[in-house]
Amino acid sequence: MPVTDVQHDLDALTLTITADFAAPVERVWEVYADPRQLERVWGPPGYPATFVAHELVAGGRTTYYMTSPEAEKYYAYWTITDVEAPTRFTFNDGFALDETFAPNPEMPESSNVYSFAPAEDGTTRATFVATYASAEALQQVLSMGVVEGSTAAINQIDDLLAADAA
Amino acid sequence: MTATDEDRADAWFHALADRTRRDILRRVLAGEHSVSALAQNYDMSFAAVQKHVAVLERAGLLSKRRQGREALASGDVEAVRSVGAMLTELEALWRGRISRMDELLAHPDHTQR
Repeated sequence: MPVTDVQHDLDALTLTITADFAAPVERVWEVYADPRQLERVWGPPGYPATFVAHELVAGGRTTYYMTSPEAEKYYAYWTITDVEAPTRFTFNDGFALDETFAPNPEMPESSNVYSFAPAEDGTTRATFVATYASAEALQQVLSMGVVEGSTAAINQIDDLLAADAA
Repeated sequence: MTATDEDRADAWFHALADRTRRDILRRVLAGEHSVSALAQNYDMSFAAVQKHVAVLERAGLLSKRRQGREALASGDVEAVRSVGAMLTELEALWRGRISRMDELLAHPDHTQR
């Protein structure tokens, strides 16, 4: 598994995930810069993502939607706030009202910092940080249902129980 | 979510935000432990461990009963499953993205599933 560390900061409402990718920083960056590659990784299974507009530049506005197994579309957007190619970019990720991609004022935005550091062996250490405005905001994001978590969550608890029994 | 659910979620997040409490919960989910036996696992006072147990109890993650002079603690597995779901849903989404990323980097020419 490329994930090397996960931190839940419950006070700051921040999720930080560290992963090592077996590719140079430039190659990892390319995935985020290219909407066709990005949509292959962004949507969870059963919820493919389609990026309508995406240019990885400061001030850029990305628009995308995810399609549920019931063919319901979830419209969303990024506001890209800062870009330092190929090592770091920051953006706010929010839900849109409909296919106009107008922000949904009732849904919270998360702020995200993605950074990529080259390792000596030519691989990349990626750090993904997502921060939510409030516990309510986090709950709202979860309640959109665009997650693949319930089974994984249960497996995690089962693992936890197994680890203790060992 | 109702206001009561929100309050309960607050209590869960608070209870699980501490490493020692998570460790205590792991132990009591696997079986009933006396508080004094739990206390022996940690480099802190019995009173401090008692406080951690009390936080877990208030959050509804753990229940206590008395047997003679011993307080016995056990975990509420059903409650913990719900907490686990809430806590890890987003993490699971991220893990999924990362493993798809890994796959894409290894096999850039494969078509999407």
